[in-house]
Amino acid sequence: MATSLPIVEMKDISISFPGVKALDGVDFRLYQGEVHTLMGENGAGKSTLIKALTGVYKIDSGQILISGEERRLTGTADAQAAGIATVYQEVNLCANLTIGENVMLGHEVRGPFGINWRATYRAATEALKGLGLDHLDPRQPLSSLSLAVQQLVAISRAMVTKSKVLILDEPTSSLDANEVENLFTVMRRLRDQGVAILFVSHFLDQVYAISDRLTVLRNGKYEGEYLTRELDRTALISKMIGKDFATLKSLGRERQEHHGEPREPLLTATDLGRKGSIEPTDVELRRGEVLGFAGLLGSGRTELARLLYGADKPDSGTVVLRGKKTDLSTPAAALANRIAFSSENRRDEGIIRDLSVRENLILAVQAKRGWFRPLGKKEQDEIVGKYLKELNVRPADPERAIRNLSGGNQQKVLLGRWLATKPDLLILDEPTRGIDVGAKAEIQATVAALAEEGVSIVFISSELEEVVRLSDRILVLKDHRKIAELDNGPEITAETIVAVIAEEGVTEEGAA
Amino acid sequence: MTSTLQPRKDGSSNLATGDRPVSQRFRFDLNTLPTIAALVIFIGMIAYGEIAYGRILQANTISNLLINNAYLIVLAVGLTFVILTGGIDLSVGAIIAFSSVSGVMLANAGWDPYLVMVLMVLMGTAFGAVSGVLVQYFNVQPFIATLAMMFLGRGLASMLSTVPERLSDESPIRALATPIKIIDGEKVNDLVVTPGVMLAALVVLGGFFVLHRTRLGRTVYAIGGSEQSASLMGLPVPRTKLAIYIISGTLAGVAGVIYTARLGSAQNITGIGWELDAIAATVIGGTLLTGGAGFVLGSVVGALVLGLMNVLITRDGGIRPETTTIITGGILLVFVILQRFVIRQQR
Repeated sequence: MATSLPIVEMKDISISFPGVKALDGVDFRLYQGEVHTLMGENGAGKSTLIKALTGVYKIDSGQILISGEERRLTGTADAQAAGIATVYQEVNLCANLTIGENVMLGHEVRGPFGINWRATYRAATEALKGLGLDHLDPRQPLSSLSLAVQQLVAISRAMVTKSKVLILDEPTSSLDANEVENLFTVMRRLRDQGVAILFVSHFLDQVYAISDRLTVLRNGKYEGEYLTRELDRTALISKMIGKDFATLKSLGRERQEHHGEPREPLLTATDLGRKGSIEPTDVELRRGEVLGFAGLLGSGRTELARLLYGADKPDSGTVVLRGKKTDLSTPAAALANRIAFSSENRRDEGIIRDLSVRENLILAVQAKRGWFRPLGKKEQDEIVGKYLKELNVRPADPERAIRNLSGGNQQKVLLGRWLATKPDLLILDEPTRGIDVGAKAEIQATVAALAEEGVSIVFISSELEEVVRLSDRILVLKDHRKIAELDNGPEITAETIVAVIAEEGVTEEGAA
Repeated sequence: MTSTLQPRKDGSSNLATGDRPVSQRFRFDLNTLPTIAALVIFIGMIAYGEIAYGRILQANTISNLLINNAYLIVLAVGLTFVILTGGIDLSVGAIIAFSSVSGVMLANAGWDPYLVMVLMVLMGTAFGAVSGVLVQYFNVQPFIATLAMMFLGRGLASMLSTVPERLSDESPIRALATPIKIIDGEKVNDLVVTPGVMLAALVVLGGFFVLHRTRLGRTVYAIGGSEQSASLMGLPVPRTKLAIYIISGTLAGVAGVIYTARLGSAQNITGIGWELDAIAATVIGGTLLTGGAGFVLGSVVGALVLGLMNVLITRDGGIRPETTTIITGGILLVFVILQRFVIRQQR
């Protein structure tokens, strides 16, 4: 399968940023016709390595050989010219243009009268066909496609340039299981055509399903290169985090033993709904309970959570909180009633990039107190110190700008922000998305500990395993309505939930 | 669950695969809606004017509309490029003032009038280039960068002269405003164009060609859709952003030449607020202020809507001219709301 000469060979690559050695003598080889996964925790240097390969970052030392020739790439366009195409986690296409225009942007077929649109669209159709996307009409606007299909369009764009190397940087983090399968089908097809694919993902299952070979990085250093079939998961994780991961395993057992005794309800919502986002739904939440929201992306999980917090105004239903009917139609009202909501959109609705860790952390407490009674320096230090320590935020430097922290640590700061308000109900929407195994385990442990202390938690995640592991009860959503509520127990697994979602209303599937 | 690979809206759109009839090349989608609305309003205004006042839909009225608004059409084409990328150019009115005052003074000082016209255009290019460099390489907000150029241009024009500078009637520059009869109608009802109008038409065609038939134009749309995406797609974003401000500045220079030729004089206060007229024309013509959607031809219609409005107000006689701005504001408001609606539909 693999020819003797790697198509990409990176030797002894080092890159430093002020104060950090992002990559330290890393080697990487990529062969034609393989799927090669780059593994490592956040901050291990995966993105830096990719940016070095695509010419976004300059390397301080080392060599990059492409098809055996040393190259110094200077940017995305240059990398594309050298046959290296990249598809990023957030789909980077233009939603205002058509599918075909996106596929061909920068490579339009030109004739004597400028761009020949007919030939351009024909080429776009060819490129889509090459990935088995024959059913897409290239003249439709891109915005008519789901995110998952947009990603496939981004890949076909890479194929227009006849790229020999395709880099997929966390392409699956916002896809559901079927969409991932579609992506993998396309990836296998390209691999068989001889394209070398560099894949990055946090999902171990996916890594094992698709990749032929792995390179593991840790703290900017090269850990090793392995054949996927020769390295089991436990070994892989310990190579990534460099220590055992018993925390992950013990957690599930604790939670499953934990539930059982009925507790008093904290919040009871009846017929809570909003037109176009979620049908009227009943939600009951007891004190110290973790209620998981499970469902595919777009099933209404986030929408329901936003109604509970008042981020969107419900247009039907009532909420009884601590035995009293309560109006929760604005975030301020929810906050005053000790309900906190951590958004799934960490970058836009969570952190404030340019503020420091300290400022980000105290934001919600300060807002709750009102801006006319600023927190004193001492109080701030107390709160910030407490949560940085408890949540194990690294680096534990409160004055560092939050944008310089890894995703996992940003998420911990956000968790701290809401914990500082001492909530009775904490809504966590995708708190572990796109963060590494270590930080994920820590956040899960925090959630379990909070429930132990009597905080009620709504836990939303695309990773069903995680929902099952943590939740006392699971509310299953599909197509903007609740389709089931399951009491968690040893017999419930991720497969149970998938089955519930898959079997419900099979006849309507075409409309989904 | 094969449905994941199909367009989200409904199953039916899958029927339309591959080869579609050529007639569908002009897609009716939401992006064209504001432009179509502008066209409808324009036609409606003509119809209303014809019924209420008469003598609107006739050759000489249309000719005058084009002659009087040629400069605005050229400005609006330039602004369309800028606004399509999500930027703004406030300097175009001041560029006209500076290039026309200095142009007239140079011509009166005995410089070759053809050279002077070229220089007037190049002055606009220079202003645009400075704006573009500020925006692209110094990361200054387009609003601020072009605001600075606006004050600079206006100030320089005032330093040159604060009184109207007249161009001699024989100057070849004025030839740009010589009427050319196309159709000789009854009495004064002739279809007339001037070289200025023809120049404006060329600018419109050129703008259309660049935006829809060149990679530069496609990059302009891509930047308006998402600048980050455009640069990750390997498109030449910095070069393109520089280019659009240069285009806008250059076209402001062209507009200065056309306007000076028609008026025969120039003054430092010429063109105050014209940048806003041009922005209004562009927005009325259907270009989204957030960028990424719009058409040059829409901006032409937008400019003509504004021009026709002035004609109608003059014809009515009963409407005080001061209300022009109120009506412009009203129309603009309606279009901005329409755009909001379109954007909401797209999400």
